[in-house]
Amino acid sequence: MALPEQKQTATEARLSALSLPEGGCLMAARRAALSRVQTMGLPTRRDEYWKYTRPDTLVDAAVPTAEVFVSDEAPMFDEFDRLKIVFVDGVFDADASDDLTLEGVSVERLVELAAKDIHWATDLYGVLEARGQTPVERPLAALNSAFATDGVAIHVTGKPSKPISFIYKHLDANSDAILHHVVRVDAGAEATILENGPAAARFNHVMEIDIADTGTLHHVRAQGRDHERRAATHVFARLGTESVYKSFTLTVNGVLTRNDQVIEITGDDAVAHVAGACVGDGDFHHDDTVFITHDALNGESRQVFKKVLRNGATGVFQGKILVKEGAQKTDGYQISQSLLLDDDSQFLAKPELEIYADDVACSHGSTSGAIDEEALFYLRSRGVPVGEATDLLTLSFLAEAVEEIEDDAIADAIVNRLEGWMARRR
Amino acid sequence: MLEIKNLHVKLEEEEKQILKGVDLTVEAGKVHAIMGPNGAGKSTLSYVLSGRDGYEVTDGEAVLDGTDLLDAEPEERAAAGLFLAFQYPVEIPGVGNMTFLRTAMNAQRKARGEEELSAGDFLKLVREKAKSLKIDADMLKRPVNVGFSGGEKKRNEILQMAMLEPKMCILDETDSGLDVDAMKLVAEGVNALRDEGRGFLVITHYQRLLDHIKPDVVHIMADGRIVKTGGPELALEVENNGYADILAEVNA
Ligand SMILES: Nc1ncnc2c1ncn2[C@@H]1O[C@H](COP(=O)(O)OP(=O)(O)OP(=O)(O)O)[C@@H](O)[C@H]1O
Ligand SMILES: [Mg+2]
Repeated sequence: MALPEQKQTATEARLSALSLPEGGCLMAARRAALSRVQTMGLPTRRDEYWKYTRPDTLVDAAVPTAEVFVSDEAPMFDEFDRLKIVFVDGVFDADASDDLTLEGVSVERLVELAAKDIHWATDLYGVLEARGQTPVERPLAALNSAFATDGVAIHVTGKPSKPISFIYKHLDANSDAILHHVVRVDAGAEATILENGPAAARFNHVMEIDIADTGTLHHVRAQGRDHERRAATHVFARLGTESVYKSFTLTVNGVLTRNDQVIEITGDDAVAHVAGACVGDGDFHHDDTVFITHDALNGESRQVFKKVLRNGATGVFQGKILVKEGAQKTDGYQISQSLLLDDDSQFLAKPELEIYADDVACSHGSTSGAIDEEALFYLRSRGVPVGEATDLLTLSFLAEAVEEIEDDAIADAIVNRLEGWMARRR
Repeated sequence: MLEIKNLHVKLEEEEKQILKGVDLTVEAGKVHAIMGPNGAGKSTLSYVLSGRDGYEVTDGEAVLDGTDLLDAEPEERAAAGLFLAFQYPVEIPGVGNMTFLRTAMNAQRKARGEEELSAGDFLKLVREKAKSLKIDADMLKRPVNVGFSGGEKKRNEILQMAMLEPKMCILDETDSGLDVDAMKLVAEGVNALRDEGRGFLVITHYQRLLDHIKPDVVHIMADGRIVKTGGPELALEVENNGYADILAEVNA
């Protein structure tokens, strides 16, 4: 079927500005991804899941400039003992990175991997992304699979003693980074992946995660404080029997962030929690689009997303729980809430449930509200100044999302950032 | 210590006058009680003194030890030593009771130019005060007032008062919803704080609380005014005869 003309033109313009990297064993996957993009076309405002977020600046061949932001704050997770993998404007920085050896995990760059033939990785690269194209198309992810210039393959075979930590630096006001990571967690293995930093003026990021039976992955992201940056990220995760995936994303500022998370529960008794907290003001635009599919017995999924919006900021949440036929005893929970600190800000939510099994417990709720004036007065009557009281209530609003982080030290670091954001705006 | 003169208050949103000239002075070291029929304006008085939104002062003044209360922000009034035990304590999901107490204490200390309390000292203090009010560790950990019973909420108000050691304490129907034993605990909590430098304004419907907290002065409030002032015997008269006689006498 031919694409609408506008879509066709935009897609061609973007594709002609890119060239397929030399792929080695990934070449077939890249070509297949390219043909997916050509068939689907890149997103436009008319597409069902792009109603609330304008995709044009994510699609245009030209990168919108984003001035490099200089912060006096120590970078996120700086105080943690971790395996550092550094990318600067989308390019691996070997000098700044640690030696990529750690017991219980192997980490290899895609360029090295392409030269060899590592089965699990070729079986994964572009595969979960392709599965995630139905029932909702995610062409920016297919574009990524085709053109990603860098990234790593992480194979978790045991229980590494420290988190694997991606640090994405942004030093070039016109950088356009396309990174693609694949992660495989073996049976019984467990790891934590951290990601932080703005990455580039424009960042297209895909992470494909395959968790084998009884594997566990904790995933915490902090998307940088650069306000002018743009990002479209996708996580595709597939969960085997009794496996666990828990993710949390913190977003502070950013003129455009679109985070897609596509989770497929394929084994019984698996647990998937995805949570996010974002704070922003002015032309901040933040979009969480989550799709969780239950295709096994006794699965548990939670989506907990909280947004604090001020001075005309926009928050979007599109979240779906799909329970397939036979996925009995599914326990699905979804909550999306915004705290609007003024009348100009807006929250657009599209919660969806689609259930084809009869013995399930699924709930979803979405709310938008202002600071609770009664609670604010109560705090002030006890001597807490209005600014501090507002911050305390804001943090309490975000608490349910932050509580999804299992590691207390990481949760504290996240809360610290949130407090910093609020204090700077008082 | 607390001087209220000719206080007139209407609702901000509508043309409804609630306080119609309240005159009241509470001296340091004294306990004053206010009784009066439902809707008389007792809670309104306490809210206006502590700075809640929604009211407009159309005339009069209220001064606490030289601080003009009506011009100050609620937090400044608290720092000046004013405390209101709410008739309906507010639930704050997501904020732990301990965090709440500690934030409040340190904010007030900061406002007065004092050092913050160390975590250890705070913990010791809060445990000691909580114990005497039979507030258990679990209640301290839970979010502020969330899921607390009516009586637990009231005891929690007194715990806050005991921690903050305000100069001027207003208690709005702290006795309602309390069982007999809890009432005693609360009264003991109040009595423990009684001293020469501190004033109390106790709003209540029942003589019973005043058996435990002996007031120096009793006021009757009706239709937005203090209509009668007397000694503790006035509370007994209300308990026995209701307000009809007093109001008839005032209106005569
Ligand atoms: N925000 C408000 N909106 C409308 N009416 C109000 C408001 N606040 C107070 N009032 C009215 O003002 C009057 C005084 O109320 P207030 O709560 O001060 O009475 P009270 O003496 O404390 O009564 P009670 O003994 O029942 O607690 C009542 O008629 C009440 O309905
Ligand atoms: Mg009242």
